Amino acid sequence: MVGYKFCEKFVAKEVKEKYRLVVFGEESRPAYDRVHLSEFFESRNAPALELAPVNWYDDHGVELIVGERVVDIDRDLKMVTTARHKSFSYDYLVLATGSTPFVPPIKGVEKKGVFVYRTIEDLEDMLDYAEELKKKNPHPKAAVMGGGLLGLEAGKAVMDMGLEPHIVEFASKLMPRQLDLRSSNILKLKLESMGIHIHLSKATNQVLGDDYISGLDFGEDDVLEVDMLIVSAGIRPRDELGKCCGLEMGVRGGIEVDHAMRTSDPSIYAIGEVALYQKMIYGLVAPGYEMADVAVNQIMGNSEVVMSEDIDMSTKLKLIGVDVASFGEPYMPASKGLSIIFENKTKGLYKRINVSHDGKTLLGGILVGDVVDYNILHQMYLNGMPLPENAEELILGARGEGGSVFGSVMDLPDTAQICSCESVSKRAICNSLIENQAIDLKGVVRCTKATTGCGGCKPMVVDLVNETLKKLGKEVKDSICEHFEFTRQELYSILKIRGIQTFDEAIDSCGRGDGCEICKPVVASIFASLYNDTANKEAVIQDSNDRFLANIQRNGTYSVVPRIPGGEITPERLMVIGAVGKKYNLYTKITGGQRIDLFGAQLHQLPGIWKELIDAGFESGHAYGKSLRTVKSCVGSTWCRYGMDESVSFAIELENRYKGLRSPHKIKGGVSGCIRECAEARGKDFGVIAVEGGWNLYVCGNGGATPKHAVLLAEQIDNATCLKYLDRFLMYYIRTAAPLMRTATWLEKLEGGIEQLKRIVINDSLGLGDELEREMQGLVEAYQCEWKQAIESEEMTKRFKHFVNSEETDENIVFVPMREQKMPQPW
Amino acid sequence: MKEVFFFKDDTNVSNEVSVWFKAARVDDFPVNGGACVKYKDKQVAVFNFQRKGKWYACQNLCPHKMEMVLSRGMIGDESGIPKVACPMHKKTFSLESGKNLNGDLDAIVTYPVKIENNIVYIGFSE
Ligand code: SRM
Ligand SMILES: Cc1cc2nc3c(=O)[nH]c(=O)nc-3n(C[C@H](O)[C@H](O)[C@H](O)COP(=O)(O)OP(=O)(O)OC[C@H]3O[C@@H](n4cnc5c(N)ncnc54)[C@H](O)[C@@H]3O)c2cc1C
Ligand code: SF4
Ligand code: FES
Repeated sequence: MVGYKFCEKFVAKEVKEKYRLVVFGEESRPAYDRVHLSEFFESRNAPALELAPVNWYDDHGVELIVGERVVDIDRDLKMVTTARHKSFSYDYLVLATGSTPFVPPIKGVEKKGVFVYRTIEDLEDMLDYAEELKKKNPHPKAAVMGGGLLGLEAGKAVMDMGLEPHIVEFASKLMPRQLDLRSSNILKLKLESMGIHIHLSKATNQVLGDDYISGLDFGEDDVLEVDMLIVSAGIRPRDELGKCCGLEMGVRGGIEVDHAMRTSDPSIYAIGEVALYQKMIYGLVAPGYEMADVAVNQIMGNSEVVMSEDIDMSTKLKLIGVDVASFGEPYMPASKGLSIIFENKTKGLYKRINVSHDGKTLLGGILVGDVVDYNILHQMYLNGMPLPENAEELILGARGEGGSVFGSVMDLPDTAQICSCESVSKRAICNSLIENQAIDLKGVVRCTKATTGCGGCKPMVVDLVNETLKKLGKEVKDSICEHFEFTRQELYSILKIRGIQTFDEAIDSCGRGDGCEICKPVVASIFASLYNDTANKEAVIQDSNDRFLANIQRNGTYSVVPRIPGGEITPERLMVIGAVGKKYNLYTKITGGQRIDLFGAQLHQLPGIWKELIDAGFESGHAYGKSLRTVKSCVGSTWCRYGMDESVSFAIELENRYKGLRSPHKIKGGVSGCIRECAEARGKDFGVIAVEGGWNLYVCGNGGATPKHAVLLAEQIDNATCLKYLDRFLMYYIRTAAPLMRTATWLEKLEGGIEQLKRIVINDSLGLGDELEREMQGLVEAYQCEWKQAIESEEMTKRFKHFVNSEETDENIVFVPMREQKMPQPW
Repeated sequence: MKEVFFFKDDTNVSNEVSVWFKAARVDDFPVNGGACVKYKDKQVAVFNFQRKGKWYACQNLCPHKMEMVLSRGMIGDESGIPKVACPMHKKTFSLESGKNLNGDLDAIVTYPVKIENNIVYIGFSE
C-alpha cells in the first residue's frame, strides 16, 4: 500500500520525467487495499480492492513488475536481483516490503487449518477451508489468536463465513494497546451479544490435532475445541533484504531510517511497515503514507520535507455495529493528567478523556458505544485546541439547553489534518472550493482524495464543504431537482401564498422545463397537504402507485389494501374481504400493519374489486401513498388484564382523523394500552402509550432500514391534548420536511432537536399553534375516499385499462402456484 | 385543428413507415401522460406530451425486468430531453432516442406518431 502511495506521489511531481520508476511486487496482482481486505469476504472481487488498475501504472510511465520477488541487493554495484535471476541497477532504492503476520512458535502451529490474515490469498484459502468444514460439520468453530484491532476484524469475518467465532487473547483485556480495562469489558459484552465468544488471559500452549487442527490447549486441562485458527498476534517487518545487504537494523527487526526515511545507505530508503522510525514500527497506513511522501520529496531534492516527530496512532475499529475508538494517550498514569470517565453499562457506553493537569489540553481518550464525537475530539487533541471550562462537557454534552460544546468545524486551525489516510488538511479542502477547483463535495473528493482511505473523516469533510460553500455565499441547497431551484419547504410556501393549484401553473411560475419523476410527486404532495385534493385530481403528476391508487407489484399487477382502522374488524367484513379475494383469485396476506393485503389484481380489475369493497363499507387504506398508513393498536383495557386505557378506541379515532393525510413520507402510528407496548407504538412516527394519569406521547420513530425509537414529547396528557399536540406536530412536519424524509430524520435535522419541537408544539414558541391546528382541521374535513371518487366518475375510471384501443387484457402476466395460492412468475 | 407530424432520425427509430396504425382518439390519452396501444402482438406506450406540444411512442416493455409497464410511467424532461420513468424502479429513457438515461440498459424502440383529425396514428415499418 505504501509502495503504491509512493508511485502516486511520485507521478504527481513535475520533475518525474527525469526519472525512470520500476516497481517490483512479489504478489501476483498490483497493490491493493489491505485496510478493506475484509470486504473481500462479501464481494469476492479482488480487482475491486486494487488501489489502481494495471493500466494506471502504464498511463503514468511507471514500470510495474508483479509476481517478481527481489532476493538480493548489491549495494556496491547498486543492483537488485530477483528470484528469477534478473538484475536491475538503481540510483535510488526504496524498500516498501511491509510486514508478515507474527506466528508465535507454539507447538502444532504448522497444522492444516491454521491461517494468517494479510493477503487476498490468505482469505481465499480460509474461505475454501471453511466451505469444506461446513460440508463435514454443520456447526464448525474457529478461533482467532489475538484480540487486537485486526483480531476482532478477523473474528467478525469468521462469523460472516458461518463459523462460530472465538477470540483468544493473552492479555486481560481486548485491544490492549488502545483500551483500558473498563472499556474492554464493555466491548466484550457488546461482542458477546453479537455471538463472538471472548477468552481473555489465555496463553496457548499447543495446537491440538493430527494433521488438522482440532483445538487449542491452554494448559491445566483447559482446552478449546476449534476446527480452524487465525493467528493475529502482531506483525514482523519483512526486513530480510536489509539484513542480507548489511543495512542497520533494529534489535527486534525493522530497517532503521532517519527523519528523511533514509537507511544507513544514503541511496536506500525504507517506508511503511518495514521501516523502523524512532525505534518503532507503525502498523497503520497513515504514517506509512506520510513516509512515502517524505521519500518522494527527499529523492527529488526537497530535503526540507521530513517525517513528523509525533506519530498519531489514533484508531477507530471498523466493525459494523461496534463503535470503538481511541486517540492520543488512551490511558495513562494519574501523574500525567486527569481522566474524566463516563460509563453506562446497561447502554454499553464508555467515554474517557484524559486532560492535562491545568485542564487546558486534551491528551487522549477512549470511546466505546458512541463514537460520533471521535473526529472532533481527535482534532482537538491533534491541534491542541483549547478545551471548554468544564472539560467533562466534551463527553457529557453541555448542561441545560441543547447546543454543542464543540462549536463549528470551521474553528479548526487551517493546518488541521482532516483526512489522515491521505493527509489532507482543512486548508486543502477549503481552498479547493475557494479556488474553484471544485464546486461540491464530489469535486472536493476528486481533487483532494480526502475520504478515499478509511472514510472515517467523511462527516467532517461534508461539514467543511457545506460550511465553506455557505461562507462563499454559495447556498448549499437541497433543491428539489433541475426543474425547481427551491427546497420543498420553500416551494410549499410559494405555492401556498400564490394559491397555485396545478402543476403547469407551478412550473411555469416558479420552475423551468417540463418537470420529471422527482418534482411532479413533490408538487402533487404539496397540493394534497394544502388542499387535501385526492390523487385523482391530477393523476399524471402522482407517483405511479398514487396514480393507480394501488401498489404496483413485481409483474405489473396491483395490490388492494382496504383500511381497517386500529386493526379492528367485524367477522362480516372479514367475510367480504374473503369473498372478494376468492372471486378475483387474489393472493391474500395479513400485513405487518394489522390489516389485509390482496395481491395480484390486474389494472382493469381494480375498479370492480374496489366497488365491492366500498359497497360493504370499506375505504381506501392508502397503502400506496406517502400518507397516513395505519395506527396499530393492542387490545388495551377493553380486554387485557393490564390495560390502563382503551387503546383500540383511541387508535381508531386517530386513524380516522388522519386517514388520507398526505405528507412528505409515509406516517404510521401506534397506541398501546400499557408500557408492555404490544402495539410497538415507539417504533412509529407517532406513538401513544397509556400510563397512570393519561397518555404518554412519543414522536419520530420508525422501523424500516434505520430503526429509531420515538422520543417522548409529552407525558400524562388526556385525549384532547394528545390530539392537539399531534395536529401541531404533524402539520409542522408536513410543512417543513424535505421530500421523502420521515419524521425521525426530520427531527435529527431540526435545529434544537426534541427540545425545540417541544417548545413549538407544547409552548407554542413560534405562535403557530392555532394556525397549525386550523390547517389540520381543514384537511380532516376535506377528506374523501379517493377510491369511491374514482369508481363513481366515468372519466376517472378510464385510466384503469390496460389498452386504450382494445378490451383485451395483458396476456404477458404469468402466475405460478404458491402453497395454496399464487404468485408472479419469478424474474 | 392542430396537426402535429414529425419524424425522428435517431438510430432506434424505424424510419421507413409502411403502416400508419390508427390507434385511438386524442381524448383517449391523458394529457401529459401515457396509455398503452395494442398493435398486432405488440404493446406500444403512447404519450401526449402536451407541454412540448408533441406525441411520443415507444415499446411498453421495460428492458430492466422485462415488464409491460412503461405506458404507466411518468413523463418529464432531463436537460430538455423528453423522457419516461418506468413505474417499477424509475429507470428513465429518452422518448426521442430510446436511450436509458440513468443507467446502461439497452435502448428502447421508439416509433413515430402523427395526429390527423383528432386521431392518433403510430408508424410501423411492418
Ligand atoms: C404489505 C407490507 C408487508 C407485509 O406483507 O406485511 C409492506 C409492503 C411494502 N412496503 Fe412496508 N409493508 C408493510 C409494513 C411495513 C412495516 C411494519 C409496520 O408498518 O408496522 C414497516 C416498518 C415500520 C416503518 O415503516 O417504520 C415497513 C417499512 C417499509 C419501508 C421502510 C421505511 C423506512 O422509513 O425506512 C419501505 C420503503 C419506503 O417506504 O420507502 C416500505 C415499502 C413497502 C412497499 C410499499 C414497497 C413498494 O413500494 O412496493 C411494499 C408494498 C407491497 C404492496 O404492494 O402492497 N416498507 N413496511 C406491510 C403493509 C402494511 C400495511 O398494512 O399498510
Ligand atoms: C486485515 C487488515 C486490516 C487492516 N486495517 C487497517 C486499518 O483499519 N487502518 C490502518 O491504518 N491500517 C490497517 N491495516 C494495516 C495496513 O494494511 C498496513 O499498515 C499497510 O498495508 C502497510 O503498507 P506497506 O506498504 O508497508 O505493506 P504491504 O501493504 O504489506 O505491502 C508490501 C508489499 O511488498 C511485497 N514484498 C515484500 N517483500 C518483497 C520482495 N522482497 N520483493 C518484492 N515484493 C515484496 C509484499 O508481498 C507486499 O505486497 C490493516 C491490515 C490488515 C491485514
Ligand atoms: S420488506 Fe422489502 S420485500 Fe418485504 S414487503 Fe417490505 S419492501 Fe417488499
Ligand atoms: S422494470 Fe422498469 S425500471 Fe425495473
